[in-house]
Amino acid sequence: MMSNVAIKVENLSKVYTIGARREQYPTLRGALTSGFKQFMKLQAFRQIGNNSLKALDDVSFEVKHGDVLGIIGRNGAGKSTLLKLLSHITEPSQGRISLYGRVGSLLEVGTGFHPELTGRDNIYLNGAILGMRRAEIAKKFDEIVDFAEIDKLLDTPVKHYSSGMYVRLAFAVAAHMEPEILLIDEVLAVGDAEFQKKCLGKMGDVAQSGRTVLFVSHNMAAIERICNSAMILNKGKIVEVGNSVDQIIRSYLSNSISSEKPSWDNTGITFDSPYFSPIQLYLSDEQGNIKQSPIKNDDDDVWIRLIGNIERLDPALTIGFAIYAENHEMLFWSYQTDQAESLWPVLKIGTNELKCRLQPHLLNEGTYYVKLVGGLHNRAWIFAPSGNTPSFSFIVSGGLSNSPLWFSRRPGLLAPVLHWSLVTKN
Amino acid sequence: MLTPPNNTFTLPITVYEPSKGWLSLNLREVWNYRELLFFLTWRDIKVRYAQAALGISWAILQPLLTMVIFSVIFGNLAKLPSDGIPYPVFSYVALLPWQLFAGALQRAGTSLVGNANLLTKVYFPRLVIPFSAVLAGLVDFSLGFLVLSGLMLYYQVQLTWTALWLPFFVLLALLTALAVGLWLSALNVQYRDVQHAIPFIVQAWMYASPVAYSAGLVPSGWMRVVYGLNPLAGVIQGFRWALLGAAPPDELMLISVIMVFLLLASGLYYFKRMEKTFADVV
Ligand SMILES: Nc1ncnc2c1ncn2[C@@H]1O[C@H](COP(=O)(O)OP(=O)(O)O)[C@@H](O)[C@H]1O
Repeated sequence: MMSNVAIKVENLSKVYTIGARREQYPTLRGALTSGFKQFMKLQAFRQIGNNSLKALDDVSFEVKHGDVLGIIGRNGAGKSTLLKLLSHITEPSQGRISLYGRVGSLLEVGTGFHPELTGRDNIYLNGAILGMRRAEIAKKFDEIVDFAEIDKLLDTPVKHYSSGMYVRLAFAVAAHMEPEILLIDEVLAVGDAEFQKKCLGKMGDVAQSGRTVLFVSHNMAAIERICNSAMILNKGKIVEVGNSVDQIIRSYLSNSISSEKPSWDNTGITFDSPYFSPIQLYLSDEQGNIKQSPIKNDDDDVWIRLIGNIERLDPALTIGFAIYAENHEMLFWSYQTDQAESLWPVLKIGTNELKCRLQPHLLNEGTYYVKLVGGLHNRAWIFAPSGNTPSFSFIVSGGLSNSPLWFSRRPGLLAPVLHWSLVTKN
Repeated sequence: MLTPPNNTFTLPITVYEPSKGWLSLNLREVWNYRELLFFLTWRDIKVRYAQAALGISWAILQPLLTMVIFSVIFGNLAKLPSDGIPYPVFSYVALLPWQLFAGALQRAGTSLVGNANLLTKVYFPRLVIPFSAVLAGLVDFSLGFLVLSGLMLYYQVQLTWTALWLPFFVLLALLTALAVGLWLSALNVQYRDVQHAIPFIVQAWMYASPVAYSAGLVPSGWMRVVYGLNPLAGVIQGFRWALLGAAPPDELMLISVIMVFLLLASGLYYFKRMEKTFADVV
């Protein structure tokens, strides 16, 4: 009976101390000068203090061998925390996890890649980091190179790779691990459509071969395609779990239509980038006042405003946003450098406030997500359009057209009002 | 291609629970991850030599130039006694283990924070990180050692069987760096100002070690006992004895060895105690 279970999670909780990370690191000097006693008190306070956060709250579930479980939930729901606990990166605060089989986890594409090392070196290094034996990597080496399509650049440092090649290589290494239990966090969000298809195919293979897969994604289409069960997490608790994947997805999507403010405000998170560190991302009018969601389709005063801090100027900085539909399919993305160079906003060291007008009659009625994307052109992502970059959602409703014949939602992601005329020949 | 997992009855079972009670060192697990240890060390070395155009020559020049400066200032101007050995060899023999130690300590001290992305994204025994930081210095050391051989030929220093003790003193230097590195790296995860203190610690430590001068200058009695609390005093004394036939190790060495073990035991304890919070805090 037990042999059928691959993962068993009982009453699992994880408590984080807020502020222990990111906001402000405590200094040893501070700890010493505020006196040893204070210090001890602080330590005690830290363990039980009320500025703690339950990222996972008494979660229990079981996954059977060969199941492919999709985990969905909003940002901050606890998805990554769950995978981190399962892969032993961090320790549970309470509860118990039993794993029956070897676990491999892919929480980030290209962990440990070093830009100065060649593709070949990085394959070995990354493989070792993911827990593969050297012999195992050597055996799979050709397959990996094949999958990544980088044979010509195998001995070039990866810093010269395009970002597409970089992700392909990174995914290729990870995809060739052969653990019985595979944990994957939102890796499909990076890379182009072609790459995503390839990855999905590979993950499909993994699933077919009877391995157990836990798969976190915002991509509902991918979840629907490869998972045979799904789980919704919200605020650290399981909301729904079961085998009717499409029904669970539908229930998630309908609940996630939010009446929240269409904005993302930095609440003390530091991003490790001197090139751009976001402070606020929101939907505004031209003056910068926050817009009420829902907005009307014909509203011609809708702007996306992005405020961020720049410590180091880099001419290759491209920063902007991506817009996703309700099913998390990307519609497009836009950077501040999209027009002719003479029209680019001139960024400066310090706080920059960028705005970008969203034209009316573009989006259909529905919920849309705006997500920060950006990077150093052709060099590196700072905010890859993957899991956890700042984002907000807003709703478009009404104002489709002045036409008496078009007043309700039509299918499709976009709803432009196009211009029609009769061709007259003379 | 992909093969189905083997018989589920034989699958290993792992259980994760909040840890409590006494810590176990679990060095066996570190051993299981030796390939990772190897690759991380290899990465550090490769990157260092690939990045600096001077790469290898830098590893050779650094101790050599320091030796020249020392010889001019301490040997020629200050005329520090050098146990009857030509001052250049006398100081170079000490600079080698010193730089091995200082480099290892600096790298190990910042190693956890420097590898934050690894700590938060994959599991492996965290000890691997400072271990590899310490080991990465051995290549520089070997290169420096080649130069030393040249110097010894030039000054016609006779090697004796005592040279066989050398690996022991190298180990002692590495263990000292590891012990202090464990403390500093774990502290640095909690308190980010620690890394700014490391260069200062290293500098002060050098003056407290008989690099430019002879350990014989320290009067015997309690002064010498205190002096021996610095394990590097023992290491350098050992190097000079093993290679140059200077004064043999005395009580100073014994104190140094005991000190290394105390430091190492406490460093390992502190590291293991803080280990489970690294990924959350770093
Ligand atoms: N290391 C950490 N320290 C403090 N809080 C954290 C840490 N990691 C995650 N959190 C918090 O825990 C909650 C769950 O985060 P996460 O598991 O990343 O969610 P998800 O992956 O679903 O977006 C969030 O509120 C997040 O801010």
